[in-house]
Amino acid sequence: VKRWLIALLVLLLGRGRRKPLVDEGERIVPPGAADRGAENVVLLLFGGATVCAVAFVVIYAWDAIPNQTQFLGLALGLALAFISAASVVIGKRLVVTEELEEEYGTTNPDDEEALNQLVEESGSRFTRKKLLLLAGAGAGTALGAALITPAVSLGPVFDVSSLYRTPWRRGVRLVDELGNVFTADDIEEGTFYSAYPEHADREQMGAPLVVVRLEPAELQLPDDRHGWAPEGILAYSKICTHAGCAIALYRKPTFPAVEPEPALVCPCHYSTFNVATGGQVIFGPAGRSLPQLPLEISAGGELRAAGNFSGAVGPSWWGVRNHGARP
Amino acid sequence: VIRRTVRFLDERSGGAPFFRKALRYVFPDHWSFLLGEVALYSFIVLVATGIYLTLFFKPSLAPIHYHGDYLPLRGREMSEAYQSTVNISLSVKAGLLIRQTHHWAADVFVAAIVVHLLRIFFTGAFRKPRDLTYYIGLLMLILALLEGYAGYSIVDDLLSGMGLAIGYSVLMSIPFVGANLAQLIWNGPYPGGQDFESRLYIAHVLILPVLIGGLIALHLTLVAARHHTQFIGPRATEKKVVGMPTFPAYAPRSLGLALAVAAVLFLMGGLIQINPIWQWGPYHIAQATNGAQPDWYLGWLIGALRLIPSFDVTIGNYTLVPNPFWGGAGFPLFVFLVLFVWPWLERRVTGDYAFHNLLDRPRDAPWRTAIGVAFFTWIFIVFLAGAADRMFVLFGLSYQAQIWAFRILVWVLPVVALIITKRVCEELLRGEVVEVRRKLVEAEPA
Repeated sequence: VKRWLIALLVLLLGRGRRKPLVDEGERIVPPGAADRGAENVVLLLFGGATVCAVAFVVIYAWDAIPNQTQFLGLALGLALAFISAASVVIGKRLVVTEELEEEYGTTNPDDEEALNQLVEESGSRFTRKKLLLLAGAGAGTALGAALITPAVSLGPVFDVSSLYRTPWRRGVRLVDELGNVFTADDIEEGTFYSAYPEHADREQMGAPLVVVRLEPAELQLPDDRHGWAPEGILAYSKICTHAGCAIALYRKPTFPAVEPEPALVCPCHYSTFNVATGGQVIFGPAGRSLPQLPLEISAGGELRAAGNFSGAVGPSWWGVRNHGARP
Repeated sequence: VIRRTVRFLDERSGGAPFFRKALRYVFPDHWSFLLGEVALYSFIVLVATGIYLTLFFKPSLAPIHYHGDYLPLRGREMSEAYQSTVNISLSVKAGLLIRQTHHWAADVFVAAIVVHLLRIFFTGAFRKPRDLTYYIGLLMLILALLEGYAGYSIVDDLLSGMGLAIGYSVLMSIPFVGANLAQLIWNGPYPGGQDFESRLYIAHVLILPVLIGGLIALHLTLVAARHHTQFIGPRATEKKVVGMPTFPAYAPRSLGLALAVAAVLFLMGGLIQINPIWQWGPYHIAQATNGAQPDWYLGWLIGALRLIPSFDVTIGNYTLVPNPFWGGAGFPLFVFLVLFVWPWLERRVTGDYAFHNLLDRPRDAPWRTAIGVAFFTWIFIVFLAGAADRMFVLFGLSYQAQIWAFRILVWVLPVVALIITKRVCEELLRGEVVEVRRKLVEAEPA
């Protein structure tokens, strides 16, 4: 068959261009029988596609039709599907499916050798090749460094000290989403509250708090946090120390036998923080306790910060344990 | 007309010999060879629908108050990016169809690449002379994952904000330089400066798609240059490729596949809801929703992030490796490292440096198949662990018990899979030997 093919190719190459392309006996594509049945199917499919495409335009234009998205998708999808089916029928039934052979390529040793020679001979006039290469590489590296330098403007790459900063400091009042100041009496047991610093940007990781109330007897805070939870009211950063999501779940146990401690849970990777012991991780991936904010209750009963968080807020980085949170 | 067009083109390009060869280029036929094409056609649908979406989308985090058609969001503060996406979904005619088709096409695109990768791996199609093609394919998979992530992150709905917070945390967790890189990219501590949205947008609509498009061109050029692989046949050998020519036989089939892919994607876009961002609401740093799941192709990363137990690697006060590094960066880096190193490793171990144009059946290389099955089982278990919270909701299985079970299964099941696969491959091969002997005996004249 291969010889036959080559003979055919030679024959074709030798032919004048003006001869008719389709000439019985010298065909490239072998002949095949007509198939009117398949042609009818293709006609039908093209018809279907036309109807669906027109339907798409009509549905688009006619506002009274409900569920427009669904009908538009159906019309366009079916129009494409009909033409797809028509193409497949054409491919399988109406054109000839030949089985051809071709050689897999291998290597080209002569050309490879020529390339090697070309490079070697071109460089034959250099006397200090290594030095020149080294100097060239040095210049290239320096230029690369110069070209990449403007990227430093993208952000504070060398000064990451702002990661420690939060808007909390002694005396800042806790407000709710609408800006109303929280009083100690607002905080009930068995639920949690989101709180923000008064008059500060809320869209920063150091800002949002979760506030919960426990029975003062339940508290097991570390010794150095004496007085951080007046009346049993605790405030923690709302940003998970694992991957920076908002801690939006409070596991106040309804079945103490199964889930013994009241805990805050992050819905992204289910890091679970014990609220009674100062935000210790009791399950999930977080590698660091949830930072706690010391609270105080003013003479008027308002909730205020009594300082800054027990540690840096947000996801961990290489310096997260170097400093506490800063104002 | 045809004669005149051919003459016109040949006179101006001299391309007749090239086109003649291209039209008679030989395609071996097997259903599994179409997977890469499905990815290619999904990419075309992605570009087409994506261009339409850019005509309406505003890549801006500038805060506004919503006054659009959707009542539940009226008066809410949100970014222009989120507002414009809500408008595309609910106010622009056919906008939701195009947006949902775009999203489905992204999911199908990555799925097709992954299944294509499995086919290439288990048939040994990555061997010389096609290892370079394989590396480019892996590179495209990485870019496709980044592209998908950037795509659902630019919307600034609640889910996309949570995804960005996680991405930021993973970047922060890289030892020594993570915080600096994150500050550079986000222009300050999360949620970063207003510029961040512009950066994400240009990455999603220009940089990454152009890179992927360029690599597709290179990938296909290399495939064509070395011809397609094939399974062994009466005439199909290491030296000769056997199949149908581009024209007339293959072109209508391939066009049919392209249109079928587009048809399925538009049907899904119209009929199956995906990512209804108007229900999620705008992102605020203090908000999160339970049961949040990313697009499927990031499931293995969320699974890995959730499986890692609680620890940071520290030296005194210095935090060497924060926790999210293992699941979010170390795990995918290791997976891609293995995939990149595999062709070299297999060559070294087997000492087989020959050209391979014929494909293996998975059973023909029991060790490769067994290790591959174990490796992908490992990734799949991690992927399943990412859905443990949904299994808790659906079946009431304790989340914590599931995580502990997964922490064990993720190491046990790959070993089991390795042993079983190796055995099955060997038995299949032995069975064939028996068959051949039986036929020989039967063929002998009595």
